[in-house]
Amino acid sequence: MKPFIVCEHVDLGYENQDAVIDLSLTIDPGDYLCIVGANGSGKSTLIKGLLGLLAPTAGTLTVAEELRRGGIGYLPQQTAAQRDFPATVREVVLSGTLSRRGNRPFYSQSEKRLAKQSMERLGITELEGCCYRELSGGQQQRVLIARALCATEQMLILDEPITGLDPSAIQELYRLIRDLNREDHITIVMVSHDIRSILSQANKILHIQQRMLFFGAAADYEKSAAGKAFLGE
Amino acid sequence: MGIIREMLSYPFLVRALLGGVMVSLCAALLGVSLVLKRYSMIGDGLSHVSFGALSVAVAVGWQPLWVSIPVVTLAAFWLLRLTENSHIRSDAAIAMISASALAAGIVVTSLTTGMTTDVSSYMFGSILAMSREDVVLSAVLSVIVLCLFVSCYNKLFAITFDESFARATGIRVDFYNTLIAVLTAITIVLGMRMMGAMLISSLVIFPALTAMRLFKSFRGVVVCSGVLSVVCFCIGIVLSYLLSTPAGASIVLVNLAMYGLFSLAAHVCRR
Repeated sequence: MKPFIVCEHVDLGYENQDAVIDLSLTIDPGDYLCIVGANGSGKSTLIKGLLGLLAPTAGTLTVAEELRRGGIGYLPQQTAAQRDFPATVREVVLSGTLSRRGNRPFYSQSEKRLAKQSMERLGITELEGCCYRELSGGQQQRVLIARALCATEQMLILDEPITGLDPSAIQELYRLIRDLNREDHITIVMVSHDIRSILSQANKILHIQQRMLFFGAAADYEKSAAGKAFLGE
Repeated sequence: MGIIREMLSYPFLVRALLGGVMVSLCAALLGVSLVLKRYSMIGDGLSHVSFGALSVAVAVGWQPLWVSIPVVTLAAFWLLRLTENSHIRSDAAIAMISASALAAGIVVTSLTTGMTTDVSSYMFGSILAMSREDVVLSAVLSVIVLCLFVSCYNKLFAITFDESFARATGIRVDFYNTLIAVLTAITIVLGMRMMGAMLISSLVIFPALTAMRLFKSFRGVVVCSGVLSVVCFCIGIVLSYLLSTPAGASIVLVNLAMYGLFSLAAHVCRR
């Protein structure tokens, strides 16, 4: 199969200041890639590049035609404003289907069906009429993943999804993401600090500190110099 | 009923009612988005800019509306943009702009015409300020805002809830933000004549805040705040007629009372 995303010597950044320098990586269908790095190491900038919101200042970033048509599902970091937003779960999930449509003002039957399926997949059907701000952190993340699944069946990009969750909710979220990857064959790209839990899940690791420190199989990361330093060994 | 018939026999009150209902509807709808995006203070900042622009226009002898609408729109752009790439924090910027615009308006006025009743009516509003031209402009504006809300309702929800996600799914976020900024600016300039520079921002934030006490869905909040805003406006106008109080201030107090009522209801419901 052709890779979904190929980066060759890519630089990304704003106003003559590159946050990411000389990055080369390949994301294949079915991958579970985890991006690690300290704060301010260019992770969020890289995500913007992968989403196509930021054009590379150098190098080439190729996105497969298939992926461009099917769309990428995105789970941004939660903002403070969202946590007390008056909206029902159904309204939030439905808004994920917006990428698939033109300028029609209302949702069609098939979009509503898609939202329903996606809520079932994440086991939040009974929360449909609940208010988003009254849910627990873990439930809110499920709602946002359901929304992202409405936008794609191919690839999910998650930006620090475990921030603010309690330990049991974190484990549940990891299980959910792994199932989406293994059973539904959705390609996962996740930014996370929680490197120890990630190693057992992801098949590829990217460690960046503006430049690429490590890119390769998760099993090799523990043995690499960058991995040892980051894991504190 | 008799009082309402009596009120409707004055042409200036009919104009005020028509224009006011439409402006408060627009302000409430735009307000939901602004409040949820944490831009509540923008209404306040813009109304002060509008005061400054009006005073300068009156001093120079230009048509006030044609000066203040572009100036306030520019200010709205600038303030909304600040939150995106901020060197100055946006709350500080708004405070700075409000005071400067107010000061500029006062200095220009006292140098030329002096502090007349005109200026005082800009500050605290006047029921007599709605001209025929204002009513027509309010009507056009409210039709635009209503059409925008109905046709782009889902996109506006997505942008208000999560700008990053909306951007990633290919919605033209900047375009819609600009549209909201322009419409907010026009709403504030129009509403300011009647409500006054000091009070107009309440028309933007109160209905949304009140509706959010009780309603749990975005649609519920939008519909409720539109209805609330119009109802509060009408009650306020009638009260101001009966008690001979300034219209703007009466409307704000009715809105406050409504907020209290809704908070109480929310408290009782939760028990």
